[in-house]
Formats: sequence, C-alpha cells, structure tokens
Amino acid sequence: MWKLLATTLLNGPRTEPPPPVSTDALLELAASVNRAARARLGRSLSIRQVDAGSCNGCELEIHALGNVFHDLERFGLRFVASPRHADVLLVTGPVTANMREALLRTWNATPEPKWVVASGDCACTGGVFAGSYAVAGRVEDVIPVDLHIPGCPPSPRDLLSALLALLQVASSG
Amino acid sequence: MTSPLSLLHFLNGLGGEAVERHGPWPRLVVDEAAWKALIGQLAVSRWSLLGLWAEQGVVHMALRDAEGDEFAVASLPCPDGRFPSVSGVRPSAQRLERAIQDLYGMTAVGLADGRPWLDHGRWPLRHPLAASPGEPGQMPPYEFLPVLGEGLHQIPVGPVHAGIIEPGHFRFHANGEAVARLEERLGYVHKGVEKLMEGRSVAEAGRIIARLSGDSTVAYGFAFALAVEAALRHDPPPRAIWLRGLMAELERIANHLGDIGAICNDASFAVMLALCGALRERVLRAADQCFGHRLMMDRVVPGGVTHDLNPEGAALLRSLVSELRPALADVVHLYDEENSLLDRTMGTGIVSGTLVHRFGAGGIVGRASNRDIDARRTPCYAPYGFFDFDVPTSFAGDVNARVWMRMREVASSLDLIEAMVRDMPSGDLMSDLPAAVGEGMPAAAGEGMALVEGFRGEILVWVRLDADGRIARCHPRDPSWFQWPLLEAAIKDNIVADFPLCNKSFNCSYSGHDL
Ligand code: SF4
Repeated sequence: MWKLLATTLLNGPRTEPPPPVSTDALLELAASVNRAARARLGRSLSIRQVDAGSCNGCELEIHALGNVFHDLERFGLRFVASPRHADVLLVTGPVTANMREALLRTWNATPEPKWVVASGDCACTGGVFAGSYAVAGRVEDVIPVDLHIPGCPPSPRDLLSALLALLQVASSG
Repeated sequence: MTSPLSLLHFLNGLGGEAVERHGPWPRLVVDEAAWKALIGQLAVSRWSLLGLWAEQGVVHMALRDAEGDEFAVASLPCPDGRFPSVSGVRPSAQRLERAIQDLYGMTAVGLADGRPWLDHGRWPLRHPLAASPGEPGQMPPYEFLPVLGEGLHQIPVGPVHAGIIEPGHFRFHANGEAVARLEERLGYVHKGVEKLMEGRSVAEAGRIIARLSGDSTVAYGFAFALAVEAALRHDPPPRAIWLRGLMAELERIANHLGDIGAICNDASFAVMLALCGALRERVLRAADQCFGHRLMMDRVVPGGVTHDLNPEGAALLRSLVSELRPALADVVHLYDEENSLLDRTMGTGIVSGTLVHRFGAGGIVGRASNRDIDARRTPCYAPYGFFDFDVPTSFAGDVNARVWMRMREVASSLDLIEAMVRDMPSGDLMSDLPAAVGEGMPAAAGEGMALVEGFRGEILVWVRLDADGRIARCHPRDPSWFQWPLLEAAIKDNIVADFPLCNKSFNCSYSGHDL
C-alpha cells in the first residue's frame, strides 16, 4: 500500500485535461433550457443514472467517467444514489415496457429544476431495439429530454464534453 | 464401480431421430416417452443442463456429459404446447421454463413455480413468440415467497438501484442484520431480442446479439459467429480466428479488472477501484486503437472479423502486456496484504460446490467453488486449441475466492495475448458465407450451436437459418441464468450490508439474462 501511494505521489496525477465543451450539446441546450425553470446551482450538478433497459455497455463507459483519467468529480459533477438529491437524470437504454413506470417514478421523485440527458443511441432512438414489443420507446417518449448524447456507447470523452456543456448552461442561469 | 452411461449412448438408445445439418453436435428429436426417460436418467446422472429453450411447438434441451466431453440437444415436439418439466431434476431449468411459458404460452407440466418471470404484465401482448400471441390480460400482483418467523422484516430493493448498475428487484427477508432469504425478481430489461432477431439477415441479427450484454459483446459476437458458421459448415480464415481470440482475451481482462476494483470498492477499499479503473482504461484504449472501438462491438462477425491488427497495434499490445504484468502484481499484493479487506471477503457469500454442480454454474462463480469447466478447454474452439493456459479453480467458494479467480485469470489471459500476438498467422480477415442463391437453396440453411467462454462464463448460442440464410430462430443463453439463483444461496445467513459485496463478486448480467 505504501509503495503504491509513494509511486503515485512521485508520478503525479494521471488525470487528463478535459475535452472541449460539446457545441452540439450547447446548441441543443440553448433551445431546451428556456423551458426549464433555471436556477443557480453553483458550479455543481448531481447526477442520478437510470438504466431504463440498456445492454450495460453504456453503464461501463459512465463508470469510466469516474476513473483517474477522466475524474468527473473535479468539475463538480457527481453521481448520487437518490433521485431526490439529483439535478440531472442520465438515462440509458431504450425504455423497456417493464421499466417504464420505474423511470417515470424516478423522474417524479427528482425535484425541479431538473434536466434529463438521454445517453446512447438506444436512449436517443431506441437503437437496434426500436420497434420491439417489449420496448416502450425512446426516453423522450416517456419523459421530456433536454440533451441527447449519441453513440453506442458514447465514450467517456463524449459524455464528459456534453455534461460540461450542461454544467455551463445550468450554472449560468 | 460401473462406468457411467454416456450421454450419446443413452440418447441414441432412446430411438430418437437425428436432425441433419445440425452442427457441430448432434440434435435428436425424441417423443414424450423418451423425454421422460431422459428426465429419469438426469436424476441419476451427472450430465449438466446447458440450455432449455422453445420454438413454436417444440422444446429443446442442450446437455453436456463432462465425463466423455459429449454435447447434444434433445428436442421434443409438443404440438399441444405441453412438455414435461425438467426442473424437478435440474433446478436450473426452473427460470428457463418460466421464461418459455411467458414467451410461448407453453406449459411445463410439473413445474413447481409457475409464476411469470419475464412477463410483468406490461407488454402490449401475451406470449409474444407464440404463433398467435394473446391479448394482454390482467396479471395478478407478483407474489414473493412467504417467509414466516418471529422478528422477520422485508427489505425491497430496486428495480432502480443506488449505483450505476442495471435494474432488477431484490426482496430481502431479514432477521435483524442477517438475511433469512433473498428472492430475486428479474426481467426489467427484457427487450424481446429473440423476437427481434427472427427473420433478420445474419448481419442484422449479429448487431442485435452483440448488444445483448454489452460487457460481453465480443464473446456474444464470437458465439453467434461460431453458431452460424457451424450451421453453414463454414471455416473462417485463420487470422480471423486468432484476432477473435485476441479480442476475447482483451475483453476478459478489461472486465476482470473492473470487477476486482468494484468488489474491493464495495468493501470500502476505494484505492483498488482507482488502481484497477486506470488499468481497465488502458486496456479499453488499446482496444480502441487496435480495433477502433473501446468495447470492440461488432468486430467479430460471422465469416471472420472486421478489423485487422496492424504492426503498430501489435507493438501496442506487447507493451500493454508488459505494463500490466507488474501492475497486476501490485494489485495482488495490495489485495493480499490488506487484512481489513480480507476480513470482509473471506468466508463471505459462500456457495457450496454441490450447489454449483446442481445448477451447472460456470465461469468465475463455478470455478471458485471447484467446478472445473471452461469452454475454451472443453469443448474447445479455435484458436484456443493451440495454446496451453491456466484455468484456476478453488474450493473456498467465497468472495475472496472469486476475487482470486479473476486475478489469476487476468494473468493467464495476459500470457494468451502475448502468445497470440507473437504467433498470429497472416491472411484474410473475412471469407464469404455461403449465400442463398434463390428460393429454397439449401446452402444457406442449417442449424448450429456454440459454447464460448465469456468473462462471466459459458455463453450458449443456438441458431437456425432458413433457406434464405435468414434467422429462423436464435436463442442466446447467458451464463447468468445459472449464476443468479446461486446468489440467493450465497447471501443467506450473511448480513444485509454484505449484499453489494456478494452481488459484485458474482456480477451477473441483467440484460443478458432478461433477453
Ligand atoms: S447505446 Fe449501445 S451500448 Fe448503450 S445501451 Fe444501447 S446498445 Fe448498449
């Protein structure tokens, strides 16, 4: 343990500079954010991730946001356990019929102002699962969506640049 | 001691009819008397159940005889939709039969637990895979198994969990801190993939199956490709086979590293998560640089692979291996010298060897409880026959053993990657599958099955291609089907607070299981 800590101290942090803020995301947010009651949240957002039917690939990359290379928390973005503590719902997967109600309830439990991010091709369009009897639809077929992040799955850098755009917009209200 | 009866010997004696064009193992169509005789024999034999799935009017059971390395499928036509349940002799069949009842409206006669499994009463139709699906009916509320006793209380958890994980419901009955019973309820992420694949081209179905469980996308692509190639009696080029092996081992390492970090983190040892998270990221970046996708999705396809490994990629993988070897030694050292961590993992969440064998559980969960099976070794598929590699096992069956299995498997996969990069044959990446030339051209038809060892365990894929080379039926069976039920056993008499630790040490797939 001490050896490891010493090496880490000597080698310095491995955290990388952030990716540029996503302009696509900024454009989309500029349109949607008028709709939301804007409030000063400071430079911090609490995110509640909801898997509404994903294949778990999206979750793997969301997890990677927390590793030392991306270190999400340095931006004031953090994942919280309860929707009641969240400003943002980060939703993955096509919404399955069996998860529809759970997603709605999670959304209802999240206090205003709140943002919904549909993350991954499945969340944005239904992906390869669109049209199945077991799929209720895209995320925006069930709850209002403020931001779409395409990709299958979106890479941690894609996620980060979109979330940074959201942070910029949300904290400038 | 009399030598045990061999599976194939027994099946052939049942008077069943062997199906042509089913590869690589035999499939026999049997009648109900023979099916019952097979169930009777299962009660006394050690053959393991590999899968149980249906088609309209037929139910199929895949079996393995470990003594003689024999594999076979028995199929029972049941035009009236009723078939004798296998779950009395193989409890692992229970949820599979519940799923068959939900999807096809068939009846497993004698199934003790007839509650629905994948159908939560929220689909716009009932029995979606039946010839004529029914109207959605009113479904009674799901009844959890009752637990009686003084001082017991219930803790419902999920489907939305506190972390970044997949959805499922866990119903705990606890007595103070101790868990008296855990009951799982799954099916929340059922996406109807079997129905979605029907009638699709091989390429389209491949993209769907690659997304059945994203963490095992290479393994599923691999298994699907092998099953399709078995159906068509097609051999992909050697270089493609080696590249498949290489991607499969990269996927295994990435997942094991992620799991080791996550398990320790659930015992509040966050430094391991940071360390392993960084190592996992290195592997994913190498995969991205070599094959153009961090998870290597859609890279393994029937006929071959889509991306080649260039000399820079090979050099990158060599340096990855030489970086990861000492790093893994650090991980092992860090884990093994931390008494407060070992205190949490040792003796926690024990699964007995007997249960693992009864349920036919494979992968880490099986091998940590001394079920010494690995599809890479038996039945074995290319390129693994060319390599000697270590398949670790343990007797302990606790969280600690499951952590150790992962650490040792990473070491063994690093050796494999090194050898594969060194000895990789040159040549093409793809060879064309026999195509359907016209209506009823038999070249494109056939049935195939494959077993591939994903990081989680044995993945089974069974496929039937119609005369046009399209998917008539494809059934993927995730290793989680046989591991989820054991998690219920592992947590019994442990404290509720150790559930995340036990659960993570299994890391079953929800999406892969829910289909
Ligand atoms: S977008 Fe891709 S990775 Fe994400 S859930 Fe859908 S299939 Fe899986």
